[in-house]
Amino acid sequence: MSRDPVTRHLTLPISEEEVRALEVGDTVFLSGIIVTGRDAAHKYMIETFIRSSRVPDSERDVYEELQRLLDEGVIYHCGPVVRQEEDGEWSFVAAGPTTSIREEVYEPEVIEHFGLRGVIGKGGMGPNTLRACREHGAVYFHAVGGAASLIADAVREVVDVYKKDAFGVPEAFWVIQVQDFPVIVTMDTHGRSIHDEVETASEEALRRLTAG
Amino acid sequence: MSELTESFVGLVRRAATDLPSDVEAALYDARDREAPGSAAEGALNTILENVDIARDNATPICQDTGVPIFYVYHAADVSTLDLRQQIEAAVAEATEDSYLRPNAVDPVTGRNSGNNLGRGFPTFHFEEWDAEGVRVDLLLKGGGSENVGAQYKLPYTGSIAGAAFDAGRDLDGVRKVVLDAVYKAQGKGCAPGVLGVAIGSDRGGGYVHAKEQLFRPLNDVNPVPALAELEETLLRDANALKIGPMGFGGKTTLFGVKIGAYHRLPACYFVSIAYNCWALRRATMTVQHGEVSFQ
Repeated sequence: MSRDPVTRHLTLPISEEEVRALEVGDTVFLSGIIVTGRDAAHKYMIETFIRSSRVPDSERDVYEELQRLLDEGVIYHCGPVVRQEEDGEWSFVAAGPTTSIREEVYEPEVIEHFGLRGVIGKGGMGPNTLRACREHGAVYFHAVGGAASLIADAVREVVDVYKKDAFGVPEAFWVIQVQDFPVIVTMDTHGRSIHDEVETASEEALRRLTAG
Repeated sequence: MSELTESFVGLVRRAATDLPSDVEAALYDARDREAPGSAAEGALNTILENVDIARDNATPICQDTGVPIFYVYHAADVSTLDLRQQIEAAVAEATEDSYLRPNAVDPVTGRNSGNNLGRGFPTFHFEEWDAEGVRVDLLLKGGGSENVGAQYKLPYTGSIAGAAFDAGRDLDGVRKVVLDAVYKAQGKGCAPGVLGVAIGSDRGGGYVHAKEQLFRPLNDVNPVPALAELEETLLRDANALKIGPMGFGGKTTLFGVKIGAYHRLPACYFVSIAYNCWALRRATMTVQHGEVSFQ
């Protein structure tokens, strides 16, 4: 059950049907509203919302906004370089992906709780995230490491920011409007991970090349 | 030396916002070799488009502008103290101008200095040469690829999925441990990459010499025939691992392997491997008779 990779343009929010049609190797250009979140953001979502018996009143507004934005949405593992213009508006200067595997302990619950359709990052994630992708209908979108200027260019507008003062600029939830953000599907809803497959194949090649 | 601070800012800007022509050409060649429509081709297209945008906008190619490493070659009558102060002033100014991200973190306090200056930051290597003037080679080395660098001590027994392999104290042993490092890096060093390798020396000298190799033009030929052959073999073998751009699988895992050899102690046989991401940001500035030029 594998076909040649295709290129798709998807607009957020993404439906379950759309995400289940994607396969590893597909190139996707994403447009619409996405939210950045890395280490502090994931820890916060787990502790304050997901595993908490009651969301504190002070965090209720953020929670409702995140529920709205992440439902059939995507979260982007990114610590951007941002600039505040004289009129107070924010803009993204450089916004490449950060390494995703650090969020492996949190991501499956975040996918399930908020109904995410995707996670953008680099380096891929582990078996628990892969399982969550299959069960809940989500994929891992790999952004190109180092493509900071191009991705910043794809960010058309900074819509809002949450928890900036508490977490600092790189760790905050930045709500951004993107246009044709280029990513590649490397973990899909069918249980496939390019990262696992490439590692296994290269291991076999290494064994051959170091024999004798 | 006369006032060179602004010229050094120019050197940093060139390194951060534009790729050397041989590196960019190698990335185009790599793109053309990948299967049409593949993830590998898509990644390389994105990389090449990003390089164009960074050059046009004079913005950093990658947000991780790395640790600036300066190799300075100077005439006998040049004050290295003076050069160091001017380069440091230029690094702070380039950070202020957003060509560099503030990257110098005090490991004791956890504080970022904010201007890329700190103890041992940036990195300097000074060497007097038998010529007029000054040449400054700059490498901006990002953290992702720095993290996948490795140093091996031969003989070495490696393990691949439970099966052992032996790397002896010879060039074939060097080949095996370098391949082991490339395998372990997978796509995490932002492949396709270039390797600088040093054989011999002590542990510290090995890494310095390995990084020096990254300044060699991609198409040069190693003057030591045995090393020239090893470079060719390693490039072919590493690409046979098929890790590919970003670890997506594909034909180009590395687009350069450069190897230097220093004399070693009888008891030691180190292989030091500096992995550089696709964004091999190197630039050179020379000052001859007061004239500044960039290469």
